[in-house]
Amino acid sequence: MPDETLHLPLILSVLEREKDTPGALLPILHAIQEGLGYIPDAAVPEIAHALNLSQAEVRGVISFYHDFRTTPPARHILRLCHAESCQSMGGAQLAAQLREHLGLDDHGTTADGQVSLRPVYCLGACACSPALELDGQLHARLTPEGLRELVNRCLEDGTC
Amino acid sequence: MLTLCIPGDSIARAVGADEVAVALVREAERRNLPLELKRTSSRGLYWLEPLVELESADGRLGFGPVTSKDVPSLLDALQGDASAHPLALGPVEELPYLKSQQRLIFARAGITRPLSLDDYRALGGFEGLARVIGQSGEEIVASVLDSGLRGRGGAAFPAGIKWRTVREAKAAQKYVVCNADEGDSGTFADRMLMEGDPFLLIEGMAIAGVAVGASMGYIYVRSEYPQAAQTLRAAIDIAREAGYLGADVAGSGRAFELEVRVGAGAYICGEETSLLDSLEGKRGTVRAKPPLPALQGLFGLPTLVHNVLTLASVPVILARGAQFYRDFGMGRSLGTMPFQLAGNIRHGGLVERAFGLTLRELVEDYGGGTATGRPIKAAQVGGPLGAWVPPSQFDTPLDYEAFAAMGAMLGHGGVVLADDSLDMARMARFALQFCAEESCGKCTPCRIGSTRGVEVVDRLLAAPDDAARDEQVILLKDLCDTLTYGSLCALGGMTAYPVTSALKHFPADFGLKSSEADQ
Repeated sequence: MPDETLHLPLILSVLEREKDTPGALLPILHAIQEGLGYIPDAAVPEIAHALNLSQAEVRGVISFYHDFRTTPPARHILRLCHAESCQSMGGAQLAAQLREHLGLDDHGTTADGQVSLRPVYCLGACACSPALELDGQLHARLTPEGLRELVNRCLEDGTC
Repeated sequence: MLTLCIPGDSIARAVGADEVAVALVREAERRNLPLELKRTSSRGLYWLEPLVELESADGRLGFGPVTSKDVPSLLDALQGDASAHPLALGPVEELPYLKSQQRLIFARAGITRPLSLDDYRALGGFEGLARVIGQSGEEIVASVLDSGLRGRGGAAFPAGIKWRTVREAKAAQKYVVCNADEGDSGTFADRMLMEGDPFLLIEGMAIAGVAVGASMGYIYVRSEYPQAAQTLRAAIDIAREAGYLGADVAGSGRAFELEVRVGAGAYICGEETSLLDSLEGKRGTVRAKPPLPALQGLFGLPTLVHNVLTLASVPVILARGAQFYRDFGMGRSLGTMPFQLAGNIRHGGLVERAFGLTLRELVEDYGGGTATGRPIKAAQVGGPLGAWVPPSQFDTPLDYEAFAAMGAMLGHGGVVLADDSLDMARMARFALQFCAEESCGKCTPCRIGSTRGVEVVDRLLAAPDDAARDEQVILLKDLCDTLTYGSLCALGGMTAYPVTSALKHFPADFGLKSSEADQ
């Protein structure tokens, strides 16, 4: 685990900026996750203190929403759409292909921390199903070959 | 000088619009060809994306779907006989798919640049807001009431009644909240509108704020739509700079501010009360009603909550009059609805038409049947909580009441088509599992019933004989009844739609003879 105290300056500056915003907790969590890639444990007491909430309330909110992570993310995040529109265009087969290709379950992360799978429910690309989002970028009209190529590119990415 | 338009819409980009744009600029430079490239919104003719349009004396000429490999030949054709190119579609506005539509909300789709105020104003933008400046809140509310506009998010509640309730509520602070948490599979109209015509939503919200006496508005956008949030934020800054937002909205003397908030991947936050809790910085838990959000909404204060499409319908109603708007539609479903064709469909895209056309016209005439060319099995109308409608019921008119009468709903107007290879038992199980994953946990039928439902479907599919199957079918139907009548909100309350419709129309997928499922 990284030394989380290194994250405190960013956390405190986010809190300083946002603490008086009405309904500040989601904007704060988004800002921390955007800055650090995840919401470290060390952020919880700071947020609770700044917003006059209990730590349990803050943790409750973090765990309620699918988007918030409490551990550092993999280098690449691949979010395949699992919704009905994509399923009607072979989404389930693509999901199976991904699991096999990477040897992971639907929510898994490769041992080297290179790729994480995060199923998503609808990317709004339903007129061009199936679709996925890779590191924030959308790809639609996905084919099995196209998917294999995207995954291989992530696995071979030597920048890490 | 060539002027070409190519959409900057996120789905056009997901199928290669950016690559085509870059290739066009490079190739034009190489040829020393003066080129102006405009990044517009999308027409919503998604099967043709990336759709490149040439501005010409005869209107816009379309080419699509274009890949970067097609760029050299396309530029050859554009310098000579454009209509000879194999991807040439002719004048885009003459395409039957588009020409037969009645676009009131999406009047500017594919034509304007999303963040150009001049483009927006050139095609009727801010006329609705200009019209209300001299009017009292009561007059504005009367127009919305008279138009017959109903909430486009799914519940179809008369919008004017909500407006009146919020207007008459006494409070120092009121809010307008736009529900842009478009989570339903098969729907993308909100996304298209926010990315493509953000000023329309801003105008609709400003009118609403002025009418009900709210000085603050929030747009709650789902996190899966980052481009929509980014476009809206930029548009809000531009609109504020131009005096359409702020302390004195368009010279009305009334204040209205707007802020974008981003969700965090919880489907339930599309339910209005859980959205309000989420905006307040809490878990997105559903609230019991009453109290109505119109009286005790955001931070306990009177709040007008509407879907994107409802608010985006407001400017045209004010600009052209309630009567103009209510001349579209049938029965109590008045105005136009942007239907969205998705899933296994040849011509996926957005079809804005008055209520009353049939599902068959939508799926077959516009959609052109399945993309795979296999027979149609069913269409799921209204998102993941909508019923699977078999082709035998496709002649039902798209009207809130007609759909309710056959145990289905229009919802947000999304239609997902499926061919005969889709296993409906698996889809029924998926619906229950989805409910289990997305339940906020507040009420028991939804929190526990959904998980039990998945187990019952599993047991039904594994049952060794007819007697065992019968037992599970009875249990499943009973459970669906409990979900329908015992849940606090629509998530639990409507999860039964896809399950019972699949069971009723496709018993064979569950290993049942038709008589068993009919019991």
